[in-house]
Amino acid sequence: MIGFQYSRAQDVADAVRQIAAEPSAKFIAGGTNLIDLMKQDVERPSRLIDISRLPLRSVEETASGGLRIGALVPNADLAYHPLIAQRYPMLASSILAGASAQLRNMASTGGNLLQRTRCYYFYDTATPCNKRVPGSGCSAIAGLNRMHAILGTSESCIATHPSDMCVALVALDATVHVAGPAGARVIAFADFHRLPGDEPQRDTTLQDGEIVTAVELPERGFSAHYTYLKIRDRLSYAFALVSVAAGLELEGDRIKDARLALGGVAHKPWRDPTAETALRGQPASQATFASAATILLRDAKGYEHNRFKIDLARRAIVRALTQAAAGTPQLQSSKKIA
Amino acid sequence: MTRTSPQGRAEDGISLPEKLPVAITVNGVARQLRLAPWTTLLDALRDHLGLTGTKKGCDHGQCGACTVLVDGRRINSCLALAVMQDGASVTTIEGLASNGVLHALQQAFIDHDAFQCGYCTPGQICSAAGLLAEGRAGSAEEIRELMSGNICRCGAYPNIVAAIQQAMGQP
Repeated sequence: MIGFQYSRAQDVADAVRQIAAEPSAKFIAGGTNLIDLMKQDVERPSRLIDISRLPLRSVEETASGGLRIGALVPNADLAYHPLIAQRYPMLASSILAGASAQLRNMASTGGNLLQRTRCYYFYDTATPCNKRVPGSGCSAIAGLNRMHAILGTSESCIATHPSDMCVALVALDATVHVAGPAGARVIAFADFHRLPGDEPQRDTTLQDGEIVTAVELPERGFSAHYTYLKIRDRLSYAFALVSVAAGLELEGDRIKDARLALGGVAHKPWRDPTAETALRGQPASQATFASAATILLRDAKGYEHNRFKIDLARRAIVRALTQAAAGTPQLQSSKKIA
Repeated sequence: MTRTSPQGRAEDGISLPEKLPVAITVNGVARQLRLAPWTTLLDALRDHLGLTGTKKGCDHGQCGACTVLVDGRRINSCLALAVMQDGASVTTIEGLASNGVLHALQQAFIDHDAFQCGYCTPGQICSAAGLLAEGRAGSAEEIRELMSGNICRCGAYPNIVAAIQQAMGQP
């Protein structure tokens, strides 16, 4: 870790002013990813602007029947919030699938969105990485790429977005509220994270100097038929090889509406409207689920060590939709394979 | 951790900031410190307050050896900047026993031989104290899931779960 200055933001406007005055500074809230990256010399901010005391810790009901979640609500508090557990259990389950109890106590809602990839080469400053040093090359494409992406990759980067929470948020049509030098704006969750293209150093569509202030959920939570299924190398406390957030609305045995998003497979939480269209109006059957999986994975491309993910994702999608349809979601404390 | 030249300046020319005042209550005792902003809570406890019960394992939030309770919540002290904890109340393994009587978890770890080398034990016990306070775990399955942030390389997991179950029976 290199030396840095430290200051506290007095309010959101002050935070925006401080970072505009020193673009090499970074905001810090929970710090669980940023401090780690600073110890690894991957992040070298000249200043940390402490936003952890800003009044962004409430979960409030919106006029349209949804919830507005302050950017500083800790992940654990969000997962166990009665309104989240009751109306958005897919989101609660996805949060509890990630990290450890200690990290969930520290990590913030906004920080979860902004955490960086866990690609080994991004962390290893001795190797080229286009995300860490633009133009230096990608070590993962011909390297150890077991954890890496199979969808939406580019010749510059095959890193994955590591969040579980964000997979549920994109499935639930959340929006991200941000403030910045040009004022406040709202970003659809599917547009918040981006594909690597030839600018893999940019994880999100946030503009310079913008700060996340809240995440908003619309009314529909798919609380009757949902699951968050996470497949990983260890039974707990490991990043996803593939994860699936599934939500169904059923009319008899027919699918009236569907949400389907994947984690661990792309540079952003992956949601594909054409796969959801293929589910709507169809019977909730294995054949329907398999067909949606085929559509979602139509452009999947494996690398030397992660080709298994394509078939793993196909099976995980079918299993997740089966769980959702049956109303038998995978609990994160349950390690049963069913 | 922080590289400085003999002249006391960071290598890339950023002038070192002044140390900042940090007031924290540790195990019930108010402490006043002056710390560089990059000092983690873990280093503040071990190097500045001499409380070496809290262990530095991986120093990257992956092993749980550094777990302490901040305002009653378990966190990884290696990923927390001390300056950000100003005003907080911290409980470490040294603060769990009261009046010479071991905390129920400490006694249960002894009763169940829930350690071998002991290096992860302070973090395991502080994490389990947080788990008990949260009240989210009932079954052994739930204890295992909610204790997964604490690694034991000796593999004492079955005895750790048994110890926590014992402590849950005697709040």
